[in-house]
Amino acid sequence: MTTNQLTKTDAKGTVPGAPLLEVDNLHVEFRTRDGVAKAINGVSYSVAAGETLAVLGESGSGKSVTAQTIMGILDMPPGVITKGEIRFQGRDMLKMSGEERRKIRGNKIAMIFQDALSALNPVYSVGFQLGEMFRVHKGMSRKDAKAKAIELMDLVKIPAAKQRVSDYPHQFSGGMRQRIMIAMAMALDPELIIADEPTTALDVTVQAQVMDLLADLQRERNMGLILITHDLGVVADVADKIAVMYAGRIVEEASVHDLYQRPAHPYTEGLLASIPRLDLKGQDLYAIKGLPPNLMRIPTGCAFNPRCPYAQDVCRTDVPPLHEVAPGRGSACHFAKEVLDGNRG
Amino acid sequence: MGRYVIRRLLMMIPVFIGTTFLIYYMVYQLGGDPISAMFGDRGADPVFVAQKRAELHLDDSLIVQYWYYLKGLLQGDFGTTLNGIPVADELKRAFPISIRLALVAFAIEVVIGVTAGLIAGLKRGKFADSVVLVVTLVVISIPVFVLGYVLQYFMGLQWGWFPATATPGDPTWEDLILPGIVLGSLSLAFVARLTRTSIVENIRADYVRTATAKGLPRRRVVTVHLLRNSLIPVVTFLGADLGSLMAGAIVTEGIFNVDGVGRLIYLSVTRHESSTVVGAVAALVMIYLVMNLIVDLLYAVLDPRIRYA
Repeated sequence: MTTNQLTKTDAKGTVPGAPLLEVDNLHVEFRTRDGVAKAINGVSYSVAAGETLAVLGESGSGKSVTAQTIMGILDMPPGVITKGEIRFQGRDMLKMSGEERRKIRGNKIAMIFQDALSALNPVYSVGFQLGEMFRVHKGMSRKDAKAKAIELMDLVKIPAAKQRVSDYPHQFSGGMRQRIMIAMAMALDPELIIADEPTTALDVTVQAQVMDLLADLQRERNMGLILITHDLGVVADVADKIAVMYAGRIVEEASVHDLYQRPAHPYTEGLLASIPRLDLKGQDLYAIKGLPPNLMRIPTGCAFNPRCPYAQDVCRTDVPPLHEVAPGRGSACHFAKEVLDGNRG
Repeated sequence: MGRYVIRRLLMMIPVFIGTTFLIYYMVYQLGGDPISAMFGDRGADPVFVAQKRAELHLDDSLIVQYWYYLKGLLQGDFGTTLNGIPVADELKRAFPISIRLALVAFAIEVVIGVTAGLIAGLKRGKFADSVVLVVTLVVISIPVFVLGYVLQYFMGLQWGWFPATATPGDPTWEDLILPGIVLGSLSLAFVARLTRTSIVENIRADYVRTATAKGLPRRRVVTVHLLRNSLIPVVTFLGADLGSLMAGAIVTEGIFNVDGVGRLIYLSVTRHESSTVVGAVAALVMIYLVMNLIVDLLYAVLDPRIRYA
């Protein structure tokens, strides 16, 4: 009999009823010759099966580093996980052996990268690279793996998959290449997909098609999806909830509807205000003043305080915790109420 | 692809004529009289000398002499040495030995060079990396004849690991290990450094990260994805090098007494045996050109982004 109820697992080694993925108070830093860059400073979020979490933030906010840490593909060194847990189906992946984690990668958690041209190996055919998933994880023969690769290419709607399976990545268009990336991620029917800016490198016309494909597959297969992006337009269409990151912390968490309706953090407010709007044509675009902080010298107190129009003395001394400001939404701002009410202090 | 190969083969014709003429001209300009060289101090019968000179077209102009030579060459006649031995026989005897030596050197440089480069690249900045960098730098800085004599003395004579000199006429594979190490050492150092640089460059590549994210075992990520891509520039170097290994063994073959092409060329130059020198060099040029073509074709196989038309 197990005495500890909390870690009781079923036959598959998963804890029943637990969310698919929980990131809990994660801290990651990069120790370089120039100093220590604190890339992630206490990030927590969770994703359930069938749910889409959008992680929003500018470059350097730690959204990609979090994803890489979940995947276990963070470059270590210089990266160091100093604190936190990443529980997948209830089990802390950071405590697993390298071999255990490898078996999860690609198999249960798969990742879609931003630039498919550089993310695919240029010297192997797409059929080989898709088939590799089945050969390595399922021990299939070359021939069976190739048949599976064709199936996958059909799934992501690549025309003439049978003829194109032996083509190389450079022979495909950008949109088709990204479909192949998606196919690769879907190969073993994972529980969770992490998509790191999956449409950023694509033409606007193709972006929507690729995003729709990804969203459809996710819905059909009831997968969890973490969508990392800085594109607010993409988020609005597909996400269930949004986590906004700034300087390695989540500064706001809300449902898509709530967040677009009324942000609860000055940074989110700035982001939304900087979206170009057709009805304001001819006027200057809004830009958040100042620059993102240097991660080696994050400002004391709230990291956003030097750029924040609401900033008071307390913002320069105390780090605001992420707290509930309305049902189902959190904000890490001392003046969240004022931001929500739209009263610039 | 086929058209490309044909064009490359056609391009060999002017290169072949140009190089053979150049060598022919240089040997001609060396001066000295091959007939009197044949007789040494004893002097010769003037009638015989005149007959021999006519037979070898020695009194004709350079161009005419070259023309006769080229005509013979195209009919497969490499000419004869002054002693009356067909040059073709000399080449047939010497080439297999040099090719064998080149293969030994090549095997050593590929296996050790790539392995050392791979380890150094994967362990960049660590102890193993520094060792590879220092050792290869030392090897690159030492002249071949110094390395040759040092290794011959220690590994051959003092410790007796390998035969110190080759069996005259027909060296065994074992005889060729030590000369192979010496001959391959410089290229080995280059291969190791080239592989290391290439690995370091590619190890952060996105497709390597993808391979890891696919859940492939580390070994497969390194060999199938990282190493395969990193070897493209190395293979280019190796192909060109295989040609020069066959040609560039004059010093090494001299030290270890290997009766290969290098020694043949060296001896022929001192004896003013122009037909032997030109024949041997012409054969080397052809080998070099063919090797280069093979490398270029191999390049397209290794990197599908390259297509020849």
